[in-house]
Parts: sequence; C-alpha cells; structure tokens
Amino acid sequence: MSTNAVQEFRKSLSAADVESTVVTCDGVDDALLAAIERPAVGAPLPFDDHSLSGLPVTVDPSPSDVRDAVTGVTGSRLGISSLGTVAVESRSGGDEFVSLYPERHVVVLRERDIEPDLSSAFDWLSTEFEAGRESLVFATGPSATGDMGALVQGVHGPETVHVVVVTDDE
Amino acid sequence: MSEPDRPKADRIRWLLDSEGAQIKKNTRLFNAQRYDAVEAAGPEQYQAYRSQARGIKEDAIERLPTLVERTKRAVEANGGTVYVADDAEDARQYVATVAADCEAETVVKSKSMTTEEIDLNDRLEADGRQVWETDLGEFVIQVADETPSHIVGPSLHRSREEITELFETHFDPEESLDSAEKLTAFARSFLGERIDDADVGITGANFVLADSGSIALVTNEGNARKCASLPDTHVAVAGIEKIIPDVESLHPFAELISRAATGQAIPQYLSVLTPPVDTPAIDFDAPDISGFGDSDAERDFHLVLLDNGRREMRDDDELRETLYCIRCGACANSCANFQSVGGHAFGGETYTGGIATGWEAGIEGLDTAAEFNDLCTGCSRCVNACPVEIDIPWINTVVRDRINRGEDPGFEDVLVDGLVPDDEPRGTPLQKRFFGNFETLARLGSATAPVSNTVASFAPVRTLMESVLGVDARRDLPTFERTTFRDWADARDSGSNSDVNQGPDPKSGLNRRVVVYPDVYTNYVQTGRGKATVRVLEALGCEVVVPAVGGSGRAPLSQGMIATARDRAESVSETLAPYVAEGYDVVVVEPSDIAMFRREYEKLLSPADYGRLAEESYEVLEYVYGLLEHGAPADALSAGHGEGVAYHSHCQQRTLGLERHTEAVLAELGYDVTTSDVECCGMAGSFGYKSDYYDLSVDVGDSLAEQFAGASTVVASGTSCIEQLDALLSPETRHPVELLDPVEGVSG
Repeated sequence: MSTNAVQEFRKSLSAADVESTVVTCDGVDDALLAAIERPAVGAPLPFDDHSLSGLPVTVDPSPSDVRDAVTGVTGSRLGISSLGTVAVESRSGGDEFVSLYPERHVVVLRERDIEPDLSSAFDWLSTEFEAGRESLVFATGPSATGDMGALVQGVHGPETVHVVVVTDDE
Repeated sequence: MSEPDRPKADRIRWLLDSEGAQIKKNTRLFNAQRYDAVEAAGPEQYQAYRSQARGIKEDAIERLPTLVERTKRAVEANGGTVYVADDAEDARQYVATVAADCEAETVVKSKSMTTEEIDLNDRLEADGRQVWETDLGEFVIQVADETPSHIVGPSLHRSREEITELFETHFDPEESLDSAEKLTAFARSFLGERIDDADVGITGANFVLADSGSIALVTNEGNARKCASLPDTHVAVAGIEKIIPDVESLHPFAELISRAATGQAIPQYLSVLTPPVDTPAIDFDAPDISGFGDSDAERDFHLVLLDNGRREMRDDDELRETLYCIRCGACANSCANFQSVGGHAFGGETYTGGIATGWEAGIEGLDTAAEFNDLCTGCSRCVNACPVEIDIPWINTVVRDRINRGEDPGFEDVLVDGLVPDDEPRGTPLQKRFFGNFETLARLGSATAPVSNTVASFAPVRTLMESVLGVDARRDLPTFERTTFRDWADARDSGSNSDVNQGPDPKSGLNRRVVVYPDVYTNYVQTGRGKATVRVLEALGCEVVVPAVGGSGRAPLSQGMIATARDRAESVSETLAPYVAEGYDVVVVEPSDIAMFRREYEKLLSPADYGRLAEESYEVLEYVYGLLEHGAPADALSAGHGEGVAYHSHCQQRTLGLERHTEAVLAELGYDVTTSDVECCGMAGSFGYKSDYYDLSVDVGDSLAEQFAGASTVVASGTSCIEQLDALLSPETRHPVELLDPVEGVSG
C-alpha cells in the first residue's frame, strides 16, 4: 500500500467529516493521548503490536463507564480508501458499544489494512466470512440525521470520529 | 392540523398547502443528490451495478423457496429461529409471543416499513408493552400519530418548526427545542434511556443473506445498531423477498442503495450481522460491574420472514418485478407529482411513490391501489432512477387496467359503448375511455372544425364535460385543425400544393427515405410541427412520406386500457412494417410516441415486430442530429444568431436519453440553449385536464414556468408540455423543429 493510498483515505475521511492523524508504529500512544477526550473506554485492539495498556482508557468497562465515557477507542482491520470507511466488528471486547455510546469514536487502523474501494472491501469480507467472522459494521463518518429539519451529527452514535492511521514499517 | 374529509381534489389541494413545500424541498434535494452521486460514481459503473443487482434479484425471486430453506438452515445452525409468517396477523402473533415469552416491558424498534405494513406496534401496545420508534423520523410520526409520507424519510413532510411545536406540546420540555440540534439531542436522550431499558429490539432487514443467515441493515443514525445489539432478544422482520444468496451478492446493492436513496456513496452505517453476534450482552441493572455488567444472558434471535401476499406476487407475471424493490424511495423522489403532494396522497396503507402501486396491489388489494394509482402519469422518470431497473410505469399501467376491469359496470357504459371504439370491458370508467379514445375525438373534431372548437369552448358544454367527464373547465381544450397534417402532405404529393418537394439533396448524398409518423396530435392539432418536420428533412436531403397510420396507443395505454393499446400497436406495426422493410427510417415528432415505439411496444408486440420498429425509429431532432453528423448541410436550415432559447424536453424523451440531441442541434444552429431540469411539466397527456388533478398539475407546472420566466423563445418537444407552458407562461411555445424550418422558421 503506497503513501498515496493513505492520502486518498485521509481525503475521503475528511469528506466524511472524520479527523485523522498519521503516525509510525512508535507514535500510536502519543496520537491516542492527543485524540482522546477523557473519560475514555476501549475495546482490545485486534493487533499483536499495539494495545491500549498504559493509556487512560478503560478496557472491559462497566455499563456506567460506557455511559459516562466521552471517547470510545476501537481498532479496525479494514479501511476503505475511496469512502473513508472503517469497520466495527462484533467482538467479545464490546467494540459495538464502545464505538456507539461515547460522543467521540477514535479508531486505530494500520496502513496495510486499507482497501482501495468497496469492491475490494467485499472481497476482504468474503474471506472474513470464510473464516467465520460474519458480523461487522462498515462505519463512515459520525452518526447523522436529517429528520429534525436540518442535518445534525451525533444521533444514536458518535458526533465526532478520529482515525489514527499507523504507517507500515519499511 | 386535522385532515378534512373531502373529495379527492380538495384533499390534494389541502396537502399541497400543508405539506407540499416541505415535501418538495426534501425530495428534490434527495433527487438532485442522486444525480450527483451517479455522476460521481461514473454512470457506466453505476449501470453495471444496476444490471448486476437486477440479475441477482431475478434469480433470488425465481429460487425463493430454496433460499427460504437455506436461510432457515443457516439461522438455525447459528442458534436462531426463523418463522415464515403467512400474513400480517400471523407475523403479529409470532412477535407478540416472543415479547410475551421474555415478559418485555419495553420494545425498541429501528425503522422498518415491513412492521408498518403489519401494524405491529398496535398489537404490542395492546398487550401492554411500551413500543418506541428509535429512528428520529419514525419517532416524529409516532408522536404525531401519523403515517409515513415517504419510504426513506417517513416524516419529511414536516418542517423543523412543526416538529418543535409537536415536541414542545407533547413532551413539555424545560427548555425550548427550537433548533434541529436541540430536537436531536432531546430525542437522543429520551430514546437512549428507553433503548437501555429495552427487553426486545426489533429491526427490519434491508437484505437477508441465505447462506450465512445474516441480515444487512442500512442506517445513518446508529439506532439499528443499538436495537440489534443492546436488548438480549433481537427480532428482525423482513419480507421474504429480501433474501439474496450470500455476502458476495450484497456488494452491488451496497453500491446502489444509498446513492439511489439519498445520494450518499455509502450509508453512515452498513451493518452485516450474523446473530447471535459476539458483542457481549450489556446489563444496565449492574451499572458498576466491569465487563458490561458481566451478564450471563443468552442472546436470542428471531427472523420473521413475511409473506402477506408476496408469494402470490411472485406467481404474477406483471407484479413480480415489485419484489425486486429495495425500498430506496428513488421512484418517489424522481416523480414530479410526488414532489408536490408526497406519500399522504401518492401512497397506500404503507408504501409510497410509484412502486407503491405494486406493493399495495399485491399486499392490500386493488381497492387500496386504486386510491392513488392515477397519480402515476407514466412519465417514466422513475425508470432510470430505480436501482434495480423495475419498469414502475408498466406496473402502474397494469394495475390501472385491472382496476378498470374490476369495477362494476355503471350506466355510463350504456351511454358510450359504441361511441368509443375500444376493446375495453364494460366497467372502465367513462373518463378513462374518453381520454383513451382521444384519437376518435380528434378525428371527429378535425372533420367538424371550426364548429367543433367553438362548441367545445362553449361554457355550458364545458360545464357538462366537467360534471360528466371530469374535464376541468379551467383548461383550454386543444384546437383541432380542419386540414390535417396528412391532408397537407397528400396535397403536396399530388402536386397541388405550391410548396415543392425538393427531393433528395445531391450535395449531401445521404438520400435517406423517411416516414414521418403522423401522430394524433401532430396530425389533428399541432400540424405546424409536422409541416416543419417534413420541410426540415427535405432540406437535409431526405425523401419524405406521410402514410396513413393510426394512433400509437399512447392515449389508451395511459388510461390503463391495455387491450386497446395493443390493438393500436399492432395496427401501427402492420402499417409501418413494409416501409421499414424497404429501408425507410421512421421519424416521430411526438416524444410520448417514440417512447411507445422504443419502450412500451416491447410489452405489446412480438419481439420481432417490436425490435424492427424500435431499431428504425427516431425522435425528429435525434434524426436531424444524425443527419448533420453525417454531413447534411446545416446551412439549409433556419439558424439563430446567439439568441437564448429556453428548452423543455419531454419526460419520456429524457428517459430515453434523447434531450441532448435537441440541445446539440439548437446549439449548432447558433442558439444559446437553456434546458429545464424539472422532471415533468405536470400536464402529462390527459392528467392535467382532469378536475381532480388540475391543481396538482398546475403546481408541478409552476416549477417549470418559474425556470423559464422571462425567456423570449420557449420550445418544448411534447404536446402536453406545450399546452402546459402555453397555459402557464405564454401562448407561443413551439416545437424545436419549428425553429429549424427553412420556410417558416423564425428566431425569437
């Protein structure tokens, strides 16, 4: 995946009203610290080389923690470059609640997991289905509604979304 | 605001006043965003997804019994339950039992038209449960106790101010809810508490994936995600037609559905869920226990697949297509009538817009469809808008035909049988037979002109026409010409006319032989555009004939008189076939007739007859464009000198992609062309003449007139459009070919 893909992805994120930062492997913790507004809850990141330990993020939270959190942190194993989409998988770590309740959703995503478009994302999804991972949400931008007479962001889901893109090591 | 109990015209007027402005604003925004989204996706790529989606739906409905079984096996293997409900009561009973089994106090729902269809909320509430709609649009109409006005935006007929008033009255909040932000925040908090307390979550399903037992949900607010994951018990209610084979077949629909609906490349949230999901149950009764309350509750999933008339629709060759519908609302947004009145007029018990005719006819019956079916004028603007290529106007025509046949014969038939030479059964309403037999009227009117015109404009006659036929007295009737277009052409051929046929132009070397089709309007009413067509084609080197050939069947078809239309189509095909066989091209002036030849004749003629005529027929400016492209001399035509021309193409012409030829020819001849972007003029053949729809027709036409205000030269391709523009703007609207006329052509 080239740097162009990251640029294209960030452009799409921006068009979907999503903030983003790009960091190397070493910069993830700092980027998360900067992106998080406390209190924060999180779901375990689905990556071997990154975790939320050491960060002010409550993992395995109580229902009250989930309700009171301003930020929810999850990891995504998929990004869609042309759309600015990330995935929220149904996992036992509670990614779905963590990404839905707090008004801010912070996503960690690796550059290598960025797919160019929805078509290739569906190829990826087919492989996931074959592996028995069959529940997820393609999430693009904050939750939104036009039902109250004007476009409003932040309805039953987050009002702001921030993606931390971790570049691949050379 | 309470609804009046008045006849159809009054109700439409009331809706135009009370809901029209808001509906117009919202549907036109969706519609414009759809066009932009298709453009951004690339029209060819988008079309490829449409074809793919269409193929998947055709195949899935064909194999529906197998797919239902596969879905059952997959869901049950995952630990869930599938219930196939025969009808609404069966489905209600099942869901009520599930709710009773878990002693549910609170049930939360995400948006589902299918649960609207079965009136599920009433049943659950009757059992003493609290039911909350969590989609904000559904929440608004739940509070207002209204029905949805649109498949996608159920409350889009209400302005922000109206919602503020509604909520402040209903909830008596401490602070004013005088902005969309405050309303949203209030609803989020109010509904959030109820979602957290809910025992059962009910969702619909945009798609059901048979192989994996998954459901796909398309939402923007995030409420469906909550309804599907928060309560331990999740019930998804979906029509059986929502099943597609597998996750791979979901892809084209994911590309299409939000673009078609709201112009979004993808929704905020596209959920693909295969219950029971791994997301842990959350227990708000144990607020301080980590691990989401450490609940040991088991997740329970029920998929209710609703038949309720769908299997019969599947067996019905004409209604089957309705089952391909993915409920995007594009047919409503692209419909000029819908943009003015919305789904409270253009809709049935549950569904709204053009496709609602198919749904309501199949689910509720013809009586329900009959209440709004006439609002489809057959303008065909929804045809290209539909992401699964459903021929929505055809469904409306078929249902209209069935309604005609189903009605009890009244005394009117005795009156007109014999006067109207159609093949329709007794029972077809008199007004429909009157408009459906316009060709006969025109022939009689022309033969007796100018007396017929004088009589027809005589006030007592108009009063009688209004009371008996429902022809609105505020409309000017067409003025019939004593000398028809064909009379004129015959006279020229026999040499008795001073206007000399110049024969093929040696300069161009094209030597095309052309049949100009003398459609009913060109032949009897707007003869000038026929004459201009002949002179333009001759100037470009064509040999032109105007044979004796009858009406295309458009008029009867638009009234749902399919047998008569087929009869006309066969006659036209028979008359023109020898010309086509000899190499003549067929040039058509009236756009609604070229649309017959190219679109509807496919349903009315044998494939061979249809193909022959469709391939050799051209709209007049399309043909002129082709001649000029192949070297015919543009300087043989009357030209402009940079002056502005306001051009309204015809709805059916635009559906065939034929407006750009007129634009290109006028531009090449030196005109500065401005084309309208409204979907339809609102006249739509007979529609604007009908008393019930006069106000609606004028409301739709006003949008067009506004775009052309101040234009000195106005041209329009269709007869109806010209009549509407003449009535609303100025009485000088012409057909574009008249600007090109080397004899009469004048610029502005």
